[in-house]
Amino acid sequence: MFSLRAASKTYASGTKALENITADIAPGEFVALLGPSGCGKSTLLRLLAGLETPSSGEIAWENSQKPEPGEIGFVFQDATLMPWLNAADNIYLPLRLRGIRKTEAQPKIDAILAQVGLADFAKARPKALSGGMRMRVSIARALISEPILLLMDEPFAALDEFTRHRLQDDLHTLWRRSGKTIIFVTHSIYEAAYLASRIIVMSPRPGRIAADIRTTLPDGEERRTSPAYTSLVTDITRTLHEIMPHE
Amino acid sequence: MNKWLERLAPIAFGIIALSAWQGAVSALHVPFYVVPGPIDIARAYLTDYAVLNPALLSTLTVTFAALLVATAVGVALAVAMAASPLFRAAVQPWAVMLQVTPIVAIAPLIILWVSQPFIALVVCASIIAFFPILSNTAAGLAATPQDLQDLFRLNGASRWQVLFLLSLPSALPNFLTGLRISGTLALVGAVVAEFVAGSGGFASGLAYRIIEASYRLEIPRMFAALVLLGVSGIVIYAALGLLERVLLRKRDA
Repeated sequence: MFSLRAASKTYASGTKALENITADIAPGEFVALLGPSGCGKSTLLRLLAGLETPSSGEIAWENSQKPEPGEIGFVFQDATLMPWLNAADNIYLPLRLRGIRKTEAQPKIDAILAQVGLADFAKARPKALSGGMRMRVSIARALISEPILLLMDEPFAALDEFTRHRLQDDLHTLWRRSGKTIIFVTHSIYEAAYLASRIIVMSPRPGRIAADIRTTLPDGEERRTSPAYTSLVTDITRTLHEIMPHE
Repeated sequence: MNKWLERLAPIAFGIIALSAWQGAVSALHVPFYVVPGPIDIARAYLTDYAVLNPALLSTLTVTFAALLVATAVGVALAVAMAASPLFRAAVQPWAVMLQVTPIVAIAPLIILWVSQPFIALVVCASIIAFFPILSNTAAGLAATPQDLQDLFRLNGASRWQVLFLLSLPSALPNFLTGLRISGTLALVGAVVAEFVAGSGGFASGLAYRIIEASYRLEIPRMFAALVLLGVSGIVIYAALGLLERVLLRKRDA
């Protein structure tokens, strides 16, 4: 889908956020960007979204097709909903910005609300929703424009364990069914191991790729309890220990 | 019960204070042309309402016209400042300077320059009133959440879409706070301008009636005009507060 070629990012302040990131991402991969705080994983996501440009190196898109607006879905750490719009209207936003009429978009909005399990909450304002529900609305908003690439920046970090597991299950199912390419930033080893088909481990400042692990876990019920999952977690933990500076 | 007590407290306090005032004035035989009692003031209003009410209406017309102008100018400047850092850098110090220069000092010039008295008064009152709207709205626009701005960018939003669908709605609470402050300032500005304009100006506002009454030593009438101004100020403040609550509830409920 795209290749990062020696992409680096140095901010005007002199902070080196990313150094020499090279990786090929194939369509349909679920990539977890795993690393400690300050390893530049969010910066990498912003580079991919086109919200920032690399200081050197480049992002080469397949067939030189840079994604159009709306072809990239972005989910932030907070749900970042507009408090004055109800769930349906928040989800409608990307289509509205493209000039699509509400009546025309309505079937799509209804379908996606049902898909994220919020069919009964279309008219609810964000204030009336729980943290997990707000994140579902946020994900639905990212999906409504049918993006080919979904970028997620620690979307479940602020949720409680139970809600997080539910949303992880749903996201994994969504990925398996839709075959979308997902880049998912997280600092949780468990989350990366459970969700991803490929885990890119990043080292702290400046961010470099420290390990690139392809995973093969069983889908379904036993995914989280399988021995393969446990040993994957152990492997990643070991890798992280090696790359972290010891005091 | 506590809530009712709180609601009744200002009314009860007012009645007690007015009674004490009337009692003191009567007991000490203070002449009404020095300090009139509340009864004298009420009597003055009842005698003169045919003059005072149109005067109040005239002052309020200036006030609301000024508030409209201040809102338009304040919001427009705030939007322009949010859109262009260069414009902000160029204009902000001058806006502050206009704000800190006492209107009493500028008003004679404006009244000299603007030949139409009504417009002159509105200009003076607008100068006083626009700043809170400008600064509050600008602060609100500057606080537009970065993530949402990014989201709009990712979806190819135009500048106008960002402004109307994101920045302005998210600055609404700040704007309304500014509007409430500006509402009472517009009244102050209207009265100050009328004072400066005096009989050479519009010669019909409440301030003019106050000056006139003071020349003629009609102190109760002067007080009656003052009471009308005070009540108007409270009503404007409360009305804009109500507007704030209704609009925000409508926006977020």
